Amino acid sequence: MHELSIAMSMIEMATQEAARQGAARVTALHLKLGQLSGVVKEALLFSWEVACVDTPLAGSRLVIEDAPVVVYCSRCQRERPLDSIQKFFCPVCHAPAPEIRQGKELEVIALEVQ
Amino acid sequence: MSTPRLVQVRQNVLKHNDVLARVLRERLNKAGVFAVSLVSSPGAGKTAFLEQTLKQLRSTCRVAALVGDLATDNDAARLARAEVPVKQITTGTVCHLEAEMVARALEGWNLSELDCLFIENVGNLVCPSSYDLGEALRLVLMSVTEGEDKPLKYPTIFNTADVAIITKIDLAAAVEFDVQAAQQSIQSVHPEMPIFELSAKTGQGMQEWLDFLHAQVQR
Repeated sequence: MHELSIAMSMIEMATQEAARQGAARVTALHLKLGQLSGVVKEALLFSWEVACVDTPLAGSRLVIEDAPVVVYCSRCQRERPLDSIQKFFCPVCHAPAPEIRQGKELEVIALEVQ
Repeated sequence: MSTPRLVQVRQNVLKHNDVLARVLRERLNKAGVFAVSLVSSPGAGKTAFLEQTLKQLRSTCRVAALVGDLATDNDAARLARAEVPVKQITTGTVCHLEAEMVARALEGWNLSELDCLFIENVGNLVCPSSYDLGEALRLVLMSVTEGEDKPLKYPTIFNTADVAIITKIDLAAAVEFDVQAAQQSIQSVHPEMPIFELSAKTGQGMQEWLDFLHAQVQR
């Protein structure tokens, strides 16, 4: 499980940003999490509370925005969201679609600071 | 207390690793080193596969290996039998390799004396998928004893890999492994990914893999 170290990286990043903003604490962190990021959402949420103890993020909320996988279908010549990450085929024309355009994100989008 | 305010950030959490991986990739490219990483579940046969690969490559190619493990250096000792430079990366409690660990392990090595570097990750099908190691080619290995649907259970790691290798193919009949179903599972999570079926023990299929690798190195 690498989610705890991911959580700690996010807390470090947020702590630095809060200091830059002159804020004493961070009340929420908004994260964009791609389905292909390799990070398990439940494990990250579980790690969050533990990792936040004794930091300016203690008691903060972790708000996760799920980012679906979007592939490029060369037959349709269009980007398509996948129905399932077990099937990398265009959901419309069913051609194989290995080209990933979105879904690997692991990105801190915003902080709520006080 | 003041009211909370929203601050836009937009920062990649793994930025530190990604930057280091990019620097490492450029360094390897410049030195003419083709780096290959290996990921799989524990026991899929990474070390046996790597030992055979190193032994067969060393006459035509200057090879070396880095081996990640949580605690022991058993694999490094085993790979040293291939008589090529091998270094262990002991990760302690960390369940995957990171670019920084690879860069640190390469300290003191003269990269211009190498053509091909193998990086064996910790046995784990989840965590390694998040970390770029600066490699040119990522292999994912699965053994015939693991079941044909392994790629469907761990789609992310199969998707981030460039090549799939089905190992222990000499045991396929004994465990009633359906090669075609496994190929379909792999192609479903990563269409068009090259697949090799081989046995490091009997040598079956090793040549096809080595020919493929040679072609990649020379590109």
